[in-house]
Amino acid sequence: MKAKFLVPLVLFLALAGFLGYGLTLNPGVVPSPLVDKPAPDFRLAKLDTPEEQFGVADMRGQVWLLNVWASWCVSCRQEHPILVELNRGGVIPVIGLNYKDERKDALGYLRDHGNPYAVTVADPDGRVGIDYGVYGTPETFLIDREGVIRYKHIGPITRDTVKNVLLPKIAELSRAG
Amino acid sequence: MRAEMLLRLSRATLLALALVGVVSSLPAVHAAGEATPVADDPVLEARVMDLSYKLRCLVCQNESIAESRAPLALDLRNQVREQFAAGKSEKDVVDFLVARYGDFVLYTPPFKATTVLLWIGPGLLLIAGAGWLLLRLRTRAREEGPHLTDAERARARALLEGAPADSEEQHS
Repeated sequence: MKAKFLVPLVLFLALAGFLGYGLTLNPGVVPSPLVDKPAPDFRLAKLDTPEEQFGVADMRGQVWLLNVWASWCVSCRQEHPILVELNRGGVIPVIGLNYKDERKDALGYLRDHGNPYAVTVADPDGRVGIDYGVYGTPETFLIDREGVIRYKHIGPITRDTVKNVLLPKIAELSRAG
Repeated sequence: MRAEMLLRLSRATLLALALVGVVSSLPAVHAAGEATPVADDPVLEARVMDLSYKLRCLVCQNESIAESRAPLALDLRNQVREQFAAGKSEKDVVDFLVARYGDFVLYTPPFKATTVLLWIGPGLLLIAGAGWLLLRLRTRAREEGPHLTDAERARARALLEGAPADSEEQHS
């Protein structure tokens, strides 16, 4: 009876707590339903040698990254040096999915900024992008030996992401096989 | 007479010119927007647009893929159109998109375990609030008024009747 006057305060604090938590979330990051599902298959022409094709099946047995990028994508430039570093370290093969891009521009971009990709495939009309639920480049998928997507990173990869998220997950997946 | 005919003629020409202008500007208006591929079949196109208004563009998030000008929205509209043209049902198309982009792509969230509170929460709150109010009103109606002693009752009556209050009353 005495504590009755506290009820509105408690309600307010609960509401403030929920709203405060909401502030820490990034509405731009939409969780992908594809995590823990098999990576959608594709057969696409390689960017540098269009007469050759490449697909998910070619990476079976390896833990790998699929990085969706485009030469017109500004934040891709931000993460590019980190991909180059990752490639230099030889930790994990990175496959590039060149999304809705002109071949000439994409090749020029790789010439200018370095090529961190083991293979790049071209998805000029963005169809494979839709299969992967891509809605904003860059996006990066971590795929395990069985071809199952284990993690999706939306937005540019930072050194923090590599150190605190990707490397531990890669180590775990490599051990698991 | 002649002048009048000339006038009439020129008026007719003007009207014709104006008409031509209006008609020719119609496709121009279309062309000024995005060069969106549109199905030849208006029924199909209506279905495409109808569904597109129910799907969220993940780039702009507060626009449907029918309204958004983001390239992704255009691609998704094309997907919807293609799949409809291939004879797929609305449910097939929605399932296709949800499998790739999640429930977030839908403006109307589906009813399932994680969204139960979202759907029935407001109703529950309303019922609970109404129930609480009813209970309060009932108990209040049953409550008796404040208990007065005979002396207090007499003083209250005196006050109500406009009798001058005694000196003790003025003190407090």
